[in-house]
Amino acid sequence: MTDDAPSFDAHRCENGHLTYPGHTRCPDCGAEQTETVDLSDRTGAVVTWTTSTATPPGVREPNHLAIVEFTVDGESVRALGQLTTADGVDIGDDVEPVYAAELREPGAGIREPDSQAWDGFRFEPA
Amino acid sequence: MDRVAIIGASMTQFGDRDAWVRALLAEAGDAALDDAGVDGDDVDHLYVSNMASGEFEGQTGVPNALAHDLNALPAYTQRVDQTSASGGAGIYAAWQSVASGASDLTVLVGGEKMTHKTTGEATDVIASLTHPVEYKHGVTLPSFAGLTARKYLDEYDAPRESLGKVAVKNHRNGMDNPHAQFRKEVDLETVLESPVVADPLRLYDFCPITDGSAGLVFCPESVAQEYTDDYVVVSGVGGATDTHVVHEREDPTTMGGVVESSNVAYEMADRGPEDVDVAELHDMFTILEFLQSEDLGFFEKGEGWKAVEEGVTDRDGDLPINTSGGLKSKGHPLGASGVAQAYEIYQQLLGDAGARQVDAEVGLACNVGGFGNCVTTTILEQP
Repeated sequence: MTDDAPSFDAHRCENGHLTYPGHTRCPDCGAEQTETVDLSDRTGAVVTWTTSTATPPGVREPNHLAIVEFTVDGESVRALGQLTTADGVDIGDDVEPVYAAELREPGAGIREPDSQAWDGFRFEPA
Repeated sequence: MDRVAIIGASMTQFGDRDAWVRALLAEAGDAALDDAGVDGDDVDHLYVSNMASGEFEGQTGVPNALAHDLNALPAYTQRVDQTSASGGAGIYAAWQSVASGASDLTVLVGGEKMTHKTTGEATDVIASLTHPVEYKHGVTLPSFAGLTARKYLDEYDAPRESLGKVAVKNHRNGMDNPHAQFRKEVDLETVLESPVVADPLRLYDFCPITDGSAGLVFCPESVAQEYTDDYVVVSGVGGATDTHVVHEREDPTTMGGVVESSNVAYEMADRGPEDVDVAELHDMFTILEFLQSEDLGFFEKGEGWKAVEEGVTDRDGDLPINTSGGLKSKGHPLGASGVAQAYEIYQQLLGDAGARQVDAEVGLACNVGGFGNCVTTTILEQP
């Protein structure tokens, strides 16, 4: 992966606690989060998943979603993300992050388009 | 310590209403004042529970508008927004105002106007409470429910049908609630064959989009009898938060805010879950009734579904849950829901619940905001 490839950053404090996304103070111990860990080339496991059919403006329909758990140096961290497909997906399955430039249409919903990023990582069954 | 009493309560018709938020709030506020037998200009503090009147209809500043409409000037006013738990948070604020001595008479009115929006638009307004890393994936509150329901069914080996039975029970209760949005019985087959909304959950696992309002009137218990003999006491109230980012919770099937807020409320009331005779839980999704009934300590973790299967939570069971019909059949006008939960408990404790009446001296209401992000638990008792 090149230096300008998008990263999927979890945030770590000096006590080794890992969160996605980052927080001003570590939710576990209150310490400052001082480094990031890129999850984009790692494999995670599906904690649970759903297919949402009643989606808001600007969101694909159906929208397959999963909570995925990664383990980094013995510390686990979870992320919610779209699934590229729900076919055959089950709890415990391995998935890999795949970059998407636009996960939903900015500005179609109520959130101010400039207030946040709209790119990110979907999960693809490994 | 002088406790806080509720001396009046009201609720408007819930459903698809022509009225906008100001008129809905005024309707419930007016009726609550009448029920308590007090005048608008007796009111010291006026709280309005509302999540999103600005986003839904472009009307902000509703507490001041309501004070003017109810002839309550110059009452202190404040809007309480804690998303879907705005009503419960309003009860907390109203209780604080009287318990602290800052107010001798407080009115709380919760309300929301939603049905003029499409389902997608209303869902998006509610989903705007999520973190940017959640929102960009198009997550909705119903999809959190789908994610959690799948995990729960898998983890505790619960049958899908048990979730459907929550909907069947609450619709049956709602048949006898004249204010409910749906007064229609549904059978299990209808629930299980309704369209998928967030797999494994289907249409009938979700509450509707609703307009409505509800009100409560509070004063110190020591003077309650100067107003009325028919009053109840707020014996315990607690509020707590859980992670904003839902996937960061260690156990997706536990709502920490329910556990923490109920511990505070139980301790204040010197009560435990075994003392509760009737409860109103936040069944925005059927799965939430299981999670709350466990996290409030009514049942062991992973066993809430069995209580529904065995009829324990039916109106004639040992612990009736959602005798009002719950959010599921009564409807869920966001800011009104927590207030309307207390209205049902108030009616049950006073013996005014008509066909829905159960034998109850102690009642509990649990109001959940976000997907358990912020929660209030209130315990009401006969004096």
